[in-house]
Amino acid sequence: MKKVLNRHLFTNVLGLSLLLFSTSFYAQEEAAATEVVAEEASASGDGDPVKGKQLFNQNCAACHALNRKMTGPALANVETRLAEDEGLDREWLYTWIKNSAGMIASGDSYANKIYAEYNQAAMTAFPTLSNQDIDDILAYTAAPPPAPAAATATAESEGGSGEGSGGISNEIILGALVLVFGLLVIMLFLVNNTLRSIARANGVVLEKAKAEKRVPIWKAFAQNQFLVLVAAIFLLLGSAYFAYGWMMQVGVDQGYAPVQPIHYSHKIHAGNNKIECKYCHSSARVSKHSGIPSLNVCMNCHKSIYEYTGNPEGPSAEDLANGYTNEFYTGEIKKLYKAVGWDEENQRYTGETQPVEWVRIHNLPDFAYFNHSQHVSVAGIECQTCHGPVEEMEIMYQYAPLTMGWCINCHRETNIKVEGNEYYEAIHAELSKKYGVEELTAAMMGGLECGKCHY
Amino acid sequence: MIKTFGKVTFVLAFVLVFTSCFNKNSPNYQYMPNMYESVGYETYEAVDNGLFPEGTEALLPAENTISRGYMPYEFENTLEGKELARLQPSPLDSLQKETNLAKGKELYDIYCAICHGNKGAGQGTLVKREKILGVPSYDDVARNITVGSTYHTMYYGLNSMGSYAAQLENEEELWQVAEYVMQLKEDLTK
Ligand code: HEC
Ligand code: HEC
Ligand code: HEC
Ligand code: HEC
Ligand code: HEC
Ligand code: HEC
Ligand code: HEC
Repeated sequence: MKKVLNRHLFTNVLGLSLLLFSTSFYAQEEAAATEVVAEEASASGDGDPVKGKQLFNQNCAACHALNRKMTGPALANVETRLAEDEGLDREWLYTWIKNSAGMIASGDSYANKIYAEYNQAAMTAFPTLSNQDIDDILAYTAAPPPAPAAATATAESEGGSGEGSGGISNEIILGALVLVFGLLVIMLFLVNNTLRSIARANGVVLEKAKAEKRVPIWKAFAQNQFLVLVAAIFLLLGSAYFAYGWMMQVGVDQGYAPVQPIHYSHKIHAGNNKIECKYCHSSARVSKHSGIPSLNVCMNCHKSIYEYTGNPEGPSAEDLANGYTNEFYTGEIKKLYKAVGWDEENQRYTGETQPVEWVRIHNLPDFAYFNHSQHVSVAGIECQTCHGPVEEMEIMYQYAPLTMGWCINCHRETNIKVEGNEYYEAIHAELSKKYGVEELTAAMMGGLECGKCHY
Repeated sequence: MIKTFGKVTFVLAFVLVFTSCFNKNSPNYQYMPNMYESVGYETYEAVDNGLFPEGTEALLPAENTISRGYMPYEFENTLEGKELARLQPSPLDSLQKETNLAKGKELYDIYCAICHGNKGAGQGTLVKREKILGVPSYDDVARNITVGSTYHTMYYGLNSMGSYAAQLENEEELWQVAEYVMQLKEDLTK
């Protein structure tokens, strides 16, 4: 007679609980500083700092910042600075701002001094500004109006959170799952072992001994020739399928996303700030290559954009999870400055440059010929058709497979753009008669001829 | 039991080895790399054989040479040069004005609108987002821009505005943009 084991013994197995990381908690420090500034505004008297800010941004910000040297000197508290250091009054400022060149010519000593200090860079004359306008601007430089509270708060929370704390990355979840799985397996073994030892202690005869007499399943299988044949065929087909798939992807770099020397983000430039692709990839219009912009193109904007402030609502949780804080991005802009040799302190080039070694992503084999201007300018195809949602890519990757089949498929399906192209008028009339259709595809025009793409 | 463990780890290791090949940070294998990458230099390639001073395939033109079709620009990058340039008329064929303006608009929308705005009022996307400030409106009386001074500004840049001579293909395109800017100025002052 068999003895029934008490299975309940083992039900109280380990209760596993996963500790998932709660998303970052930022210290939202309240912006108290803003009020102090507003008070000082009245001290400087008559000007309206809010209107002044607008005028400043419109007229002066191209050359002046409040706390930073640009083409011209920093203007925070100019009036007090000039009054204390040089004994110059507001009248002097009126004259200077309305016509600085005239003042320099008239031999004013401080005007000439500062003019020489700034390498004789000329400040624009502003004859159209009234004294009241200048009062407003000066009020603004003495005390900028408080920034909207939201912006200040985010600015501070960025400072607090440091390098991207928190967020549940996929890897952590995967790791946890693997851990749980491993624990379950171990538990199973343990339970099994304990059961056996209990059974042995109680003198129970295990089934296994009896089972020995039956034919093992694999032997039964091996004896059935039909089954073996079917299984072999399936196995071969299966492995052929995988082998084919594997061999076809050799040499295809779809999804390739190398780490670039500067973390340049298309999402920020082409997405958030809506910069045209051709602003940077300007040769796509006219030549075979789109090209990577040279660094002087970057400096068209980055002479002025020296730090990353991002969206008004601050960095998204997703960015923080990846460590893309504002400080990180600002650091990347500094890398650009290092490469072009831009001296931020003195606002000039040092002449010490280091070319940035961008890693090339899209690369056809050298026996295939592809021309951007033919597709972009002549056919009028959008970049995104071939390169995917670039304006959403934080890190650039290859979207299309770039195989021959991909090119050919598109040539079979896409119509050529005939309107406004005199070159095609005659050929279009002829070919549409030949094929008896109105719209010609690229293939009908010869887009499938080997020689067009292989030289 | 040890045996099963061994088998399981073997399978796991096998799977790991295979999946690790699909690393998106490095390019895939190629069948015949010699066919894919010929010995000729590729555009922008780094070349470290010591022959090229910059270490890149792209070189600056030899000194004292000009490229085909290049026309020297007669005005200097100074205030006086700019005042002289202000009087220069556009050399483009005025009968072709329609096409020139259409082309100019296309180029302007790519290269200038991001700061100056589609209408030229100084309210481009970057200005609205307060990334770049101090972009003037073309109808600013004090600036008194003309087609010649616009060309000068594009050619050399002006303070924090960079030069666009490299991104626009040739003089013709620069003039087309300059003419379109004057058109915008006219519309603004209307
Ligand atoms: C084209 C660039 C430019 C613009 C635009 C500009 N400035 Fe200037 N500013 C300069 C430069 C350069 C200097 C240094 C003196 C020199 O080289 O002429 C200067 C000097 C000054 C000074 C003297 C500062 C000191 O520390 O001595 C004041 C004040 C000033 N600017 C105010 C203004 C105001 C107000 C505006 C807007 C209405 C303005 N600037 C617009 C370029 C500019
Ligand atoms: C502000 C300049 C800028 C703008 C605007 C820009 N790009 Fe780029 N692009 C770059 C730089 C720099 C690189 C090289 C770094 C990299 O690969 O991430 C690049 C790389 C690329 C590449 C990969 C090149 C390779 O190595 O194969 C493609 C494709 C591309 N850009 C397409 C686009 C498209 C499409 C747009 C418009 C939606 C666009 N770019 C807008 C600067 C720019
Ligand atoms: C048309 C103007 C423009 C040009 C040209 C431009 N940038 Fe930017 N760049 C921006 C703006 C706007 C930001 C965002 C600044 C902010 O939000 O405060 C930015 C941010 C950045 C950042 C920080 C965010 C990130 O993408 O990692 C880097 C790095 C950067 N740029 C590099 C470059 C490089 C390299 C080039 C040349 C290929 C270039 N930029 C050309 C306008 C430009
Ligand atoms: C018809 C498809 C197609 C379109 C449309 C297209 N590209 Fe490409 N692009 C390619 C292919 C294919 C390559 C690889 C070229 C090679 O290796 O010779 C490439 C390469 C590039 C490169 C790498 C550098 C180079 O020139 O080889 C950049 C940058 C690029 N494209 C940007 C752009 C931009 C910007 C646009 C839109 C103005 C655009 N592309 C439109 C297919 C396309
Ligand atoms: C998005 C669709 C599309 C893709 C993808 C595409 N093409 Fe094209 N291609 C066109 C169109 C449309 C034309 C016709 C352009 C015209 O009007 O002349 C064309 C024309 C051409 C021509 C000139 C044909 C002729 O008759 O003169 C060549 C060469 C070419 N493509 C090569 C390629 C190569 C190589 C690839 C793959 C790397 C490719 N194309 C991918 C759409 C595409
Ligand atoms: C629309 C352009 C286009 C046309 C037309 C075209 N090819 Fe291709 N072909 C390519 C591209 C692009 C590749 C590279 C594919 C890759 O790298 O995976 C290629 C690859 C090949 C390869 C494979 C080489 C290798 O090592 O992978 C062969 C063979 C080939 N082409 C033969 C032909 C023949 C024969 C024809 C004429 C019937 C032809 N091609 C027409 C674009 C074209
Ligand atoms: C990165 C932003 C930016 C872009 C892009 C840009 N500009 Fe400007 N532009 C400026 C700034 C800033 C000023 C004011 C410069 C100053 O007075 O110091 C300016 C001034 C000007 C002026 C007035 C010059 C004068 O005589 O006072 C003209 C004309 C002009 N830009 C034309 C253009 C044209 C044409 C393009 C396109 C090819 C262009 N800009 C692209 C920022 C830009």
